[in-house]
Amino acid sequence: MSFFTDPRWDEALSHLADYLGNHVQVSLAALALGLAVSLPLAILTRNRPAPRALLLALASIVQTVPGLALLALFYPLLLFAASVALAWFGVSFSAFGFLPAMLALALYSMLPVLRNGITGLNGIDPALIEAAKGVGMTARQSLIMVELPLALPVMMAGIRTAAVWVIGTATLSTPIGQTSLGNYIFAGLQTQNWVFVLFGCFASALLALAVDQLLGLIESGLRHRSRPHTALGGIGIAALVIATLVPTMGRSSQSYVVGAKTFAEQYVLSALLRDRLQAAGLSATARSGLGSSVIFEALKAGDIDLYVDYSGTLWANQLHRTDIKPRAELLAELKTTLANDNITLLGELGFENAYALVIPRKRAEALGIRTIADLAAHASTMSIAGDYEFFSRPEWAALQKAYGLSFSAQRQMQPDFMYAAVASGEVDVIAGYTSDGLIAKYDLVALDDPRHAIPPYDAILLLAPKRAGDERLQTALKPLLGKIDIATMREANLRASGNDANSSPDAVAKWLWGKVGGR
Amino acid sequence: MPSRPMIGYAHVTKSFGPLKAVDDLSLDIAEGEFVAIVGGSGSGKTTLLRLANRLIEADGGTITVEGEDVQNVDPVALRRRIGYVFQSGGLFPHLSVADNIGITPKLLDVPAADITARVDELLELVQLDRTAHRDRLPEALSGGQRQRVGVARALAARPRIVLMDEPFGALDPLTRDALSEDFRELHRKLGLTTVMITHDMTEAILLADRIAVMRSGKLLAQGTPAELSNSSDGYVLELLRTPRRQVERLNALLPRSGAA
Repeated sequence: MSFFTDPRWDEALSHLADYLGNHVQVSLAALALGLAVSLPLAILTRNRPAPRALLLALASIVQTVPGLALLALFYPLLLFAASVALAWFGVSFSAFGFLPAMLALALYSMLPVLRNGITGLNGIDPALIEAAKGVGMTARQSLIMVELPLALPVMMAGIRTAAVWVIGTATLSTPIGQTSLGNYIFAGLQTQNWVFVLFGCFASALLALAVDQLLGLIESGLRHRSRPHTALGGIGIAALVIATLVPTMGRSSQSYVVGAKTFAEQYVLSALLRDRLQAAGLSATARSGLGSSVIFEALKAGDIDLYVDYSGTLWANQLHRTDIKPRAELLAELKTTLANDNITLLGELGFENAYALVIPRKRAEALGIRTIADLAAHASTMSIAGDYEFFSRPEWAALQKAYGLSFSAQRQMQPDFMYAAVASGEVDVIAGYTSDGLIAKYDLVALDDPRHAIPPYDAILLLAPKRAGDERLQTALKPLLGKIDIATMREANLRASGNDANSSPDAVAKWLWGKVGGR
Repeated sequence: MPSRPMIGYAHVTKSFGPLKAVDDLSLDIAEGEFVAIVGGSGSGKTTLLRLANRLIEADGGTITVEGEDVQNVDPVALRRRIGYVFQSGGLFPHLSVADNIGITPKLLDVPAADITARVDELLELVQLDRTAHRDRLPEALSGGQRQRVGVARALAARPRIVLMDEPFGALDPLTRDALSEDFRELHRKLGLTTVMITHDMTEAILLADRIAVMRSGKLLAQGTPAELSNSSDGYVLELLRTPRRQVERLNALLPRSGAA
């Protein structure tokens, strides 16, 4: 199959209107807010050197925070603000998606706007400001009729820089729940779908380039006092915004939103759930690439309607439990506790995706390692890699305690790269997932946990509080419960890790449904 | 001298830090007069001019304009009724010639149609072609044309007083001569009271009714050119010597052409 006729291009294209529209929407709102804050600040501080220096220093500090971290920071911040607002004023808002993304991006846009605003206003010939006064202008008239128009080209250059930064950084807002062109990139990275990665990169680069050129046209029009240039740039920008926003407007907000975390299994399962809902005549969309704690809060707040989580994850992260209980007991207690938050634990899918310490089969045999207890003797000379959250999770602490584990080095890795890394000997041990198809592919083994340090991780289907009594939804989902066994899920995950047309989440979800229920 | 001067300075002082730019200076300018203030750079002549429309605030003394203490007049209103011609024009580069000229009437909320008519009238007055120059930006004009627009802008709100800050200094001699002659004519025709600052005594003698000589913030001498030549002050005499010497040398070098 040729690169260009790969059906994944069509699949990517089918998401474009949605992703692009949301990307433009959040970028535009962030830029507007950034301008609304920084332009007045630039004007207010133009004759006050001390506050001006402070402001620029603050904006520079914000700029040194990596975009992803800044975006991630706003989620807990807003979550806290939302809980305060609810407690004090009885109003609630969503700390998920649009709001945190817009605020973080707005903050990010401020430095170039501030810096150029101040430079532009301070660079005006003092003789002209004197002349403005001399012909009888008030300070305000001088600002509006002389200083701002003269500073405009320089300001516009700052706005242009800010716009390009915001459009680029907006691709990182996917993990906090804001749909953007980053959805292609995150999904592509997780499922090794390079077509999606390329598509997302090109689409966001193209958008940034187009906006940069159009704003550049306005800037040069202002600089050379050419109305046609300015007007052409303005019309271009307006046309671009309208063309990208209109398709996303008037979308039904009644549809069910299926959440997915940031790894391949989740992409496949969310596609499966979405297909099931659509097959039942319900309108449904998938919101993928959400961070592990973001997704639970989003469900609680009703920003997403359903998703698949794992019992051990919730046990540790949401219930903050460090004790381990037998599988059935843990599930029962989890169900009761979640019910207090009006979250429905609809049931188990049938497989477990637990953390497991994984090493190459040959090495295990050579060293006579079969359990984690056997591994402990060799750990001091070995390195271990885990995903981005593993080492900060209670399971890791429990493992270390139960077996007295102490490795020579620990590294964080993109989950999909871990298996290749351990297979090639780049690291000695990884904290992998039991349902991962790559375990079989790379001939690895998951070590036994005789002391039960790792809790059970049954895949469970959760419904948002507002869907507690939704019969149609539950009827549509029930055929999936208990149907997906570990072998099937591993095979599905192995398929999803491929790099061909049949490895897209949609394609694997269809294959999976064919295996477990459909014909 | 009339009892009520158009502009009156009485014991005016202004310091910038340790520097006394204007030092206990008194000077009256009568209605219809054309007064030139002559002095070197740092003599305080620009400060003196700007005190009159409160672009600079005095430290002490009293300044009156049309009989009113300027401290009792809103500075913005004061500037709108006094024309001001800036050194090298001071035109707003983002506004057309017409918008530059019409700026003060616009600030005074004069109806747009009236401003348009007034701009055309002023363009004619300063001898600029209406259709050719109206919509141009200042950067498309020559230095002389720019200064004509500057004069037109100063006159737009029909002021009775015009202040000029070295208006013709940066122009080539031919343009300078034509422009200063034209302005002198406008001054007479419109019955203006004009105060012009210059470092060029020849220009002052040729244009002004009366000359005030400043040095280190003080008024050294004032009077008509003839009165000044009777001054006993060495600096004043030195300033007058230059135009005299120029005339003698010109007479010697240039053969008289034709009969008078």
